[in-house]
Amino acid sequence: MTRVRVLIRPKAGILDPQGQAVERALPALGFDGVANVHVGRLVELDVDDPGRVPDMCEQLLANPLIEDFEIERPEADRPHQDPGPEALRR
Amino acid sequence: MRHRELGLSDAEYELIVEKLGREPNGVELAVFSLMWSEHCGYKHSRRLLRTLPTEGPRMILGPGENAGAVAVGERLACAFKVESHNHPSAVEPFQGAATGVGGILRDVFAIGARPVAILDSLRFGEVADSPRSRYLLEHAVAGIGHYGNSIGVATVGGEIYFEGPYEQNCLVNAMCVGLIDRDKLIRSAAAGVGNVLVLFGARTGRDGIGGASVLASAELGEGDAAKRPSVQIGDPFEEKKLLECSLELLDRELLVALQDLGAAGLTSSSSEMAAKGDVGVDIDVRRVPLREAHMEPFEVMISESQERMLCVVAPERLDAVLAVCAKWEVNATAIGEVTATRRLRVFDGDELVGDLPVTALVAECPAYDLEPQPPATPLYPAPPARLNGAAGAGDTLLELVASANLASRRWAFEQYDWLVGSRTVRRPEQADAAVLVLEDEDGTAIALSIDGNGRRVAADPYRGAVEAVLECSANLACVGAEPLGLTNCLNFGNPEKPHIAWQLTRAVAGLGDACRALGVPVVGGNVSLYNEGGEGPIYPTPVVGMVGELPDAERSGALGFAREGDAVAVVAAASWAPSPAASELAKLRGEPIEGPLPIAELGELRALHAAVRRGVRSGALRSAHDVAEGGLAVALAECCIAGGLGARVDLSGLEPFAEGPGAFVVSAPPESLAAFGAVARIIGEVGGDALEIAGEEPVSVHHLARAHADGLPALLG
Amino acid sequence: MRFGVVRFPGSCDVVDAVRAAGRVGEAEELWHADADLHDVDAVIVPGGFSYGDYLRVGAIARFAPVMAEVERFARHGGLVLGICNGFQVLCEAGMLSGALLPNTSLRFVCRQVELEVVNPRTPWTNACEPGERLSIPAKHTTGRFWAPDPVLDELEANGQVVLRYAPGHNFNGSARDIAGVSNAAGNVLGLMPHPEHAVDPLTGSADGLKLLLSAARVPAA
Repeated sequence: MTRVRVLIRPKAGILDPQGQAVERALPALGFDGVANVHVGRLVELDVDDPGRVPDMCEQLLANPLIEDFEIERPEADRPHQDPGPEALRR
Repeated sequence: MRHRELGLSDAEYELIVEKLGREPNGVELAVFSLMWSEHCGYKHSRRLLRTLPTEGPRMILGPGENAGAVAVGERLACAFKVESHNHPSAVEPFQGAATGVGGILRDVFAIGARPVAILDSLRFGEVADSPRSRYLLEHAVAGIGHYGNSIGVATVGGEIYFEGPYEQNCLVNAMCVGLIDRDKLIRSAAAGVGNVLVLFGARTGRDGIGGASVLASAELGEGDAAKRPSVQIGDPFEEKKLLECSLELLDRELLVALQDLGAAGLTSSSSEMAAKGDVGVDIDVRRVPLREAHMEPFEVMISESQERMLCVVAPERLDAVLAVCAKWEVNATAIGEVTATRRLRVFDGDELVGDLPVTALVAECPAYDLEPQPPATPLYPAPPARLNGAAGAGDTLLELVASANLASRRWAFEQYDWLVGSRTVRRPEQADAAVLVLEDEDGTAIALSIDGNGRRVAADPYRGAVEAVLECSANLACVGAEPLGLTNCLNFGNPEKPHIAWQLTRAVAGLGDACRALGVPVVGGNVSLYNEGGEGPIYPTPVVGMVGELPDAERSGALGFAREGDAVAVVAAASWAPSPAASELAKLRGEPIEGPLPIAELGELRALHAAVRRGVRSGALRSAHDVAEGGLAVALAECCIAGGLGARVDLSGLEPFAEGPGAFVVSAPPESLAAFGAVARIIGEVGGDALEIAGEEPVSVHHLARAHADGLPALLG
Repeated sequence: MRFGVVRFPGSCDVVDAVRAAGRVGEAEELWHADADLHDVDAVIVPGGFSYGDYLRVGAIARFAPVMAEVERFARHGGLVLGICNGFQVLCEAGMLSGALLPNTSLRFVCRQVELEVVNPRTPWTNACEPGERLSIPAKHTTGRFWAPDPVLDELEANGQVVLRYAPGHNFNGSARDIAGVSNAAGNVLGLMPHPEHAVDPLTGSADGLKLLLSAARVPAA
């Protein structure tokens, strides 16, 4: 089983009021220098065959008319990393 | 000592040891700490609540069941109840308010009634000054909308108040109303030794562990952010499935008893079912479907995971029950059985991990007498002044209708679905009460209202509480409805403090006297105590929800002026004597909160409400609106705004902004008012595009409507 | 005239639609898990929160067994009406062009709105006059209709824009004020407002009845 992450975001050019709301809220909390905020969705799944994930995205996980998606495979794409002492604190 | 961490006093602990005949183990102590918490055990309020009247000609189910019920129409029962979810909402307002709605919905469908309406009564600090209160308001309203809309039950009414004393302790009270054929009501008493206990609904996690005892029975203080993990998370989709599943199980008569899981989860549901049936229950926590790994037996027993119900099923019906649950995609598991032991026995597989006498948990929970003492000094600071004292009546009126407590609540109610169910005859702001027509009942409708004014109760606890009952009854009269029953939520500070005990005692006395005088029984309710923070207690806030009936939905009253040329009249009791005490104008002027409030002649008011009701039902009155917060001038303005029509009136001898129960603003063809006789004093007529009060500058309806509509959005920024 | 109203887990306005349709014909519920339309003459996919709006509004409901039958029924010219969540399901299923996005205000809004009938020649609007105004309530969080401009141009050119929000009544930000669209053949209509909640003056307006009456006038296939 491979752990896969799918990041889904609104297609560029479509009004994203959630992104805009966040972009407005951050400076109000003292965070300046923020632009181009978009809010989407994360779907995480363990799959036997990662090759089938793009079809899953096209058919169910995303709506290609209004959303773009990006597939991440953290274990396959990056060499194994030592999580370090930070991990013990979580 | 561990028991103190769980909210039990040393004396209570000793009592537990005495009743068990030994020291309690961890599971048993956790169970006692929940069942003997204020929230579950009503320790400081039980004796007072027994003084309320619970009999009436339409009563079907009184206090003690999941919800109460009154007879409506020819064959229906109307089930209803109000409950608080104050402390969770202060910690996490969206989920706190959402799960408050979820909980009260379950109480109603636990007796077999299909929920048809929600009303909510909310209180926050001054949103004009407090970003935190704005945050709480926005998220609580969003949470109520999220849950009610998703589950498909119309939110048809409510109220929102903003007062300084609620800044640290907001109030979220949710009322639910449901309908069922009279002969189909189901009770919760477990029965039948050998019958199976089935838990159905969502899986059990660690939601709200210790919520009832830790949150609801203690004053909020430092470190409340750390309490966040305790708050329950609601899933209205799960509850929708649970609702349909429960109603089908009841419709097919597959259940012996049904109970929802609320505060203290499995612990309270199983103990209460056993107590009512005078039986025992055995529960095996290992059979409970879990959402989290490695949950301890006590965690399983006290978890407040939402959207779960417990039922008692005869063994030969178990398969049928499981099949219905499967159809609705609801998890169902047999987790125990009814026994003759009169004990709650908790097993972990074969191991007995808790063994408790049911009566000790329920009937023998300690009840405490209050020690009331009137406060020696004022309890509450005067509100900040916001009004220009020298302004004329017109400007004052504009400021009042734009003020936080009087402005339009459209910002809130447009976030609620008030249509689903196709029963809503009077929508928010169309009339003083919500009106829902009953199916197949020849036009009979029910009317619903929820009311309470904590500031006025603070000024005068007895008369303030009387006013809450009168306000509901007056609102019902304005739509032509006769009151049938009442539910109440008592929101107060720490009852162990004598001045709070005094507020509570006087308020309950007022509630009781008003109910008896109006002939309206109490069908049930809820108590939320310890609503205090470092800055002091909330205003004493008894919230009253009332259900009434009217015979012809087509003749429901409305509050707006409707026709040019109609006479405008004040219909008032002879004893009507409004005063500035604790009025909205006094608040905006920054005056101290002081009583007494005007006397209400209850017999006279009962007759007055009946007269208005008759006038609405007969069609004689074109509009009816009770004079309440803001006084007569504000009531007139509200009638103009709702109807889009002005009026020319003379208020000589009448105080424009004084408040007190006992008067209505009505409009009607002049000849129709003759039937009212001296009770109706014609003060002018409907016409023009301004509210013209003789001797004052006219205020255009357009300006009034704008001020009213923009008031709340302007404060929220 | 027999109407079938689909019930998914989480549908809210099923009974409302059944009762509304029952005023012009007969109406019954169609269970989501049964691939069976019971030989009805028209299908209504109602409002609500099917499957809790999980993942995306309508995304899961479109795969319910009954929907394959609804798609086939529509392909053969059967009358299909998608209301609110139903509209969302039909768009996800590809039976209608476009998609429904979150309201620009990001809030749920329940409000009586006025619609203009743009195309009264569809089976669902033939009882209306061109340009007629209908007062119908809308209640949703995710009702902003969107499609790429070329698609919108095509919808307009083909008469597939059937209903528009009257000026000042588009509270969700729908492109070109579009409130309801049909497929090319006109037998499938989707709209965000709720005609089933506008069938009785006692509870509001009765303008929604016109859509159901239109369908009832169409001869059965």
